[in-house]
Amino acid sequence: MSADVITLPATELASRPIVARLHEWVTTVDHKRLGILYIIYALVFLMIGGIEACVIRIQLIRPHNDFVSPQVFNRMFTMHGTTMIFFVVMPVLFGFANYLIPLMIGARDMAFPRLNAFSFWMTAFGGLLLYFSLVGANGLYGAGNAPDVGWFAYAPLTAQTFSLGHSTDFWILGILVSGFGSIGTAINMIATVLCMRCPGMTLAKMPLFVWLNFVMAGLVILAVSPLTAAQIMLLVDRYLGGHFFDTQAGGSAVIWMHFFWIFGHPEVYVLVLPAFAFVSEIIPVFSRKPIFGYSVMVGATVAIGFISMSVWAHHMFTVGMGANVNTFFVLSTMAIAVPTGIKIFNWLATMWGGKIEFKTPMVFCIAFLFQFLAAGLTGVMLSAAPFTWHLGNSYFVVAHFHYVIVGGILFSLFGAFYYWFPKMSGKMYSETLGKLHFWLFFIGFHLTFDFMHVPGLLGMPRRIYTYEPGRGWDTWNLIVTVGVFFQAAGILVFLGNLLWSYFRGKAAAGDPWDAWTLEWSTNSPPPAYNFHTIPKVQSRRPLWDLKHPDDPDWKYE
Amino acid sequence: MRSSGANGWLSGCVRILVVSCLSTVALAQRTHSLSPTSIFAPVSTPARSIFGLSIFVLAVTAAIFVVVFTLLFYSVVKFRKRNSDDGREPPQVYGSNQVEIAWTVIPVLIVVALFMATARVIADIQKASLPANTIEVVAIGHQFWWEYRYPGREVVTANELHVPVSDPIHPTPTFIKLVSADTDHSFWVPRLAGKTDLIPNHPNSMWIDPQETGLYLGQCAQYCGTQHAKMLLRVYVQSKDEFDRWIQQQRQPALVNDAVSRGQRIFETTACINCHTVAGTAANGRFGPDLTHLMSRDTIAAGAAPNTPNNLRLWIENPAAIKPGSLMPAMQLDDRDLDALTTYLETLR
Repeated sequence: MSADVITLPATELASRPIVARLHEWVTTVDHKRLGILYIIYALVFLMIGGIEACVIRIQLIRPHNDFVSPQVFNRMFTMHGTTMIFFVVMPVLFGFANYLIPLMIGARDMAFPRLNAFSFWMTAFGGLLLYFSLVGANGLYGAGNAPDVGWFAYAPLTAQTFSLGHSTDFWILGILVSGFGSIGTAINMIATVLCMRCPGMTLAKMPLFVWLNFVMAGLVILAVSPLTAAQIMLLVDRYLGGHFFDTQAGGSAVIWMHFFWIFGHPEVYVLVLPAFAFVSEIIPVFSRKPIFGYSVMVGATVAIGFISMSVWAHHMFTVGMGANVNTFFVLSTMAIAVPTGIKIFNWLATMWGGKIEFKTPMVFCIAFLFQFLAAGLTGVMLSAAPFTWHLGNSYFVVAHFHYVIVGGILFSLFGAFYYWFPKMSGKMYSETLGKLHFWLFFIGFHLTFDFMHVPGLLGMPRRIYTYEPGRGWDTWNLIVTVGVFFQAAGILVFLGNLLWSYFRGKAAAGDPWDAWTLEWSTNSPPPAYNFHTIPKVQSRRPLWDLKHPDDPDWKYE
Repeated sequence: MRSSGANGWLSGCVRILVVSCLSTVALAQRTHSLSPTSIFAPVSTPARSIFGLSIFVLAVTAAIFVVVFTLLFYSVVKFRKRNSDDGREPPQVYGSNQVEIAWTVIPVLIVVALFMATARVIADIQKASLPANTIEVVAIGHQFWWEYRYPGREVVTANELHVPVSDPIHPTPTFIKLVSADTDHSFWVPRLAGKTDLIPNHPNSMWIDPQETGLYLGQCAQYCGTQHAKMLLRVYVQSKDEFDRWIQQQRQPALVNDAVSRGQRIFETTACINCHTVAGTAANGRFGPDLTHLMSRDTIAAGAAPNTPNNLRLWIENPAAIKPGSLMPAMQLDDRDLDALTTYLETLR
């Protein structure tokens, strides 16, 4: 790369016409820009998925409500689930990984920049395809305009017989196309981690963030591939006369469940490992201590990766698998609690004896610890198969996985947003608005998802557009809905903070948190080439070594 | 005699566990008055076994939560950065193998205990051998209603399952074979048993032995299409005599009554008979509920509305008014025909 290309002055860029600048964003292969594109794209879909959640909750605010019809309600929960998993959480996590992995390992870009751009645009078009169903799915049948089969789309509801029109096709294609993007990104991440580390950074000296995303990328390949295969089989069923899942022609509905959940459960860890990654970076910096038990954390991560491939059928305890199969999946599911518990203990031990600063990123991470602990424990309850014979498909399960995804993943994500915002934008966020966001969202989260467990215990199944009075569910549902408005207010404060800080915030220094990983050794925002000179590292905390030449980490590791 | 340190610690733990078990039981059993579908008010053996396990699991997880949360709370408060901070970095600690081993082994032991308790309940319920006098029922899930057949007793009914009460000493359990006519459904009456799915091409089964008479409610628990929400379950647990009388009554063919022959003619010359059966007449459709003894049921439309003449008439005129998305079409009859048809249906006792 010639020197004049990489030292393009910033002032020249800023004064160029908007079309030219947009063109640069659309054609970019820079991992940082693609990371930001992923994040912005996910935020747009977060708004859409959030509005769908609001519609669902308004409908359920009281029994026999008729805010929306059953048809609309069914589309809402299908789109909400599909959007949030495939087009919010996955892309936003890929965005952070894309942005941060090369910076953290001292590389100038990902291993395959063009594949990176291709993957992003595949994911992006997948989301657009799903939402194109709103205009395109009517087809000749006049039957429904958005998918309404649920986000796990159990056969045979997806067969032509039960799902007329094209809405299910858009669901299949949207996920299929974005799946190609996910697999591409995963391959890219693995290649980057294996081949692009700077001198001195052995695998055992990588930041935990990189380790966790590395394992996540492996899981993406193993998990998304069977889903992709299943989507193709479903397309064959619908259009080429196949009978994989067509029960009326002797196909098997249960096979679809296996295909879906062998994707679906590792997927949970695909989403939660990056959340662990954020927490494993933020907690040490704001406790002023290195992560406790680095090698055990890496081992626990790899263990989670392996065990997560053998727990999928705990989603199918009510399917009638027989006592022996159920017992096996109880054991494997309970086993995964051990490495997960080890992680929680190590984060606690990292804080123990430190000097904890309650900056917004840290506050979100502390809430993460508390909520993820609770979510993990309801997970242990659900791993006891007979308990799940009651709780499966009830609101208890809905509360449990929202506790994981919102209380765990989303809280850590908010922490990540505030922690790396100065690096990405070059501006400091507003600490006041950050705390306001935290408290609004924290209160809303607990109102909604704490109380959502109860109707599940009292027999309320999920995916019902209305419910009978007199079942003891009314008050709980009212409280749950009230919480949603607090959460929505929190999200608006969050977006306002990002926008206000981007345009009006104070300039951020290269290392505002006095942190230790390589991304903080370069400017904020980093130049296109990331580092003026490729760094050399000797320990897991290269910036600690620089700041404490008398007491460097490499003496102890 | 003084107990040693380790023993004291252990018995302390056991005491906490027992206390939290008992208080959870006490709390949980009060939920019966809160909700007719509470999982904490079991009246049948499978539901009772699950209840016992759930209390154990709840107590263990609650104890873990209290311990870890206390540690978290303590460290956040104790190790917060003070105003008087001297600006120096705290001691840098990288880890400890002893501590790591401790917090690996203890969770492993807890997991082993939970697993053994769970495996036992799974075997108790799924591998139970049922006595010879078990009542057999076939439950067939349809979009969006339930069909019940009593093999050997030649009874077919819909949406309201009748079973005999089971004496704990001489149990008469009910064995329910679960099949589906279309999409996936799930049979869940929380006070009687956990849910089991009804899946096309994949017959399942479950059993219950309700020990108190009464009406037990539930609903379909696997999303099965537009009207999944109003696919309600009603299980009538009756004394042995009442149950036998009910079976006898359901075995009778429909009475033919001249006074309502106009309504019957409408029924038999419109699309009604494509889907519905009235035993002893020309109507033998199987797509919709069997109507032979329609008036012996308390509700229509899978529990969505009480079985009153007005509701019945509204249901025939416009099913979407009660259950939008139901597969029953609006019958497009004029008022006179609607009245005659309703009158006829009211004779199906």
